[in-house]
Amino acid sequence: MLTAQVLYGLTACVIVALGLRGALLHASLLQRVVAINVMGAGVFMLLIAVAYRGPGLPPDPLPHALVLTGIVVAVSATALALALARRLHAEQDND
Amino acid sequence: MNTTNLLVFDGLLLFSIVGLAWASLATTDERRSVILFMAFGLVLAVAWGRLLAPDVALAEAAIGAGLSGALLLAAVRKQSPGSSHTHANPDRNYSESGAKVVLQWLVTLLCAALAGTLAWALLHALSSAPHDTLPRAISDNLVASGVSNPVTAVLLNFRAYDTLLELAVLLTAVLGIFSLGQTTPGYQPAGPVFDGLVRWLVPVLILTAGYLLWVGAHAPGGAFQAGATLAAAGVVLRLTGRSRIGLPDGFVLRIIMAAGVGVFLLVGLTLLLLGRPFLGYPPAWAGALILLIETAAMLSIAATLLLAFVGGQPQSTAVNAAANRQREENSRC
Repeated sequence: MLTAQVLYGLTACVIVALGLRGALLHASLLQRVVAINVMGAGVFMLLIAVAYRGPGLPPDPLPHALVLTGIVVAVSATALALALARRLHAEQDND
Repeated sequence: MNTTNLLVFDGLLLFSIVGLAWASLATTDERRSVILFMAFGLVLAVAWGRLLAPDVALAEAAIGAGLSGALLLAAVRKQSPGSSHTHANPDRNYSESGAKVVLQWLVTLLCAALAGTLAWALLHALSSAPHDTLPRAISDNLVASGVSNPVTAVLLNFRAYDTLLELAVLLTAVLGIFSLGQTTPGYQPAGPVFDGLVRWLVPVLILTAGYLLWVGAHAPGGAFQAGATLAAAGVVLRLTGRSRIGLPDGFVLRIIMAAGVGVFLLVGLTLLLLGRPFLGYPPAWAGALILLIETAAMLSIAATLLLAFVGGQPQSTAVNAAANRQREENSRC
């Protein structure tokens, strides 16, 4: 077990929990989107920490590819969520 | 760098990551929250570099911090034209009555329990011997993949299905944005300093995108990082108040949006016709096919991200006039 893996992995767990708490408790839709992104970053960190094999050793490329896919999916989901939020605000303003 | 120095560096890095995440979520000021989130993304990119994941670091800096931040900031601007600070509606905040406080504590406890469970699972997984069957399979077959960067090999050869579906997710998201409404109003014309900077920046960004696309075969980089860089060129052009930001009109735009999925599928189906498995490239052609798919994917990704920033379908003049009429009617009501 590597110190770096444990340190970064445990921090990732804290980030996931922080993000989930923010997503559940924030009233503003935009901040909920930010919170879900923070939670996603925690998941990415968990994967990258597990992929790390120590200094001088090549890390496992499979989780890296997963995280790259995840980052792009996260940004498209964020864009769609923001467009939905914008439409929701527009509908509320019209009422 | 010796071990103690590295440990101090790790500690500082992780402290700032948790601190920025906390600060970004603790405030009720949306603009502050978004800016802290962007800082969080950039520090995170440093952490990916530290954990020897340069491909992910590039993507995080360009997409996670850069474009997500631009999208979120644009959303803050739309919600509050004129005011620089948007606070959440105070009577909807969960800090008022006793019941809300109890709920807040319950949620906090639940999240702490989740963190504990995750940590336990992680330590359990790390304490067993690492499974290196997959990494070994990747390094053994890297020669046949057509590229020498293992991350690109996984993304576009060994797990090409995942990437095909990821491009489909991007296309679906942009179609959803198209169907939700019109584009957001443009920006004021920029001052001479910013405008001059952008004149230099845009060609550099386009060149960098081309470089990242090409270099992805054997070093950190690839279609995603390149697409995000190309989209960033469009974003800075829009920020200077220009109406033309490099997006083509109508039909050509639709072709570019679908190019990533389309070329990917065409390659897969052609290989099927030639009697190979779906997306099972012949080793001699793998490098060229991956570059072809990545070029199409880069254009699609750039167009998608830029359209997401613009907030909808770019309007032709007729649609523009209709939108203006509607806006006038709305303001009259």
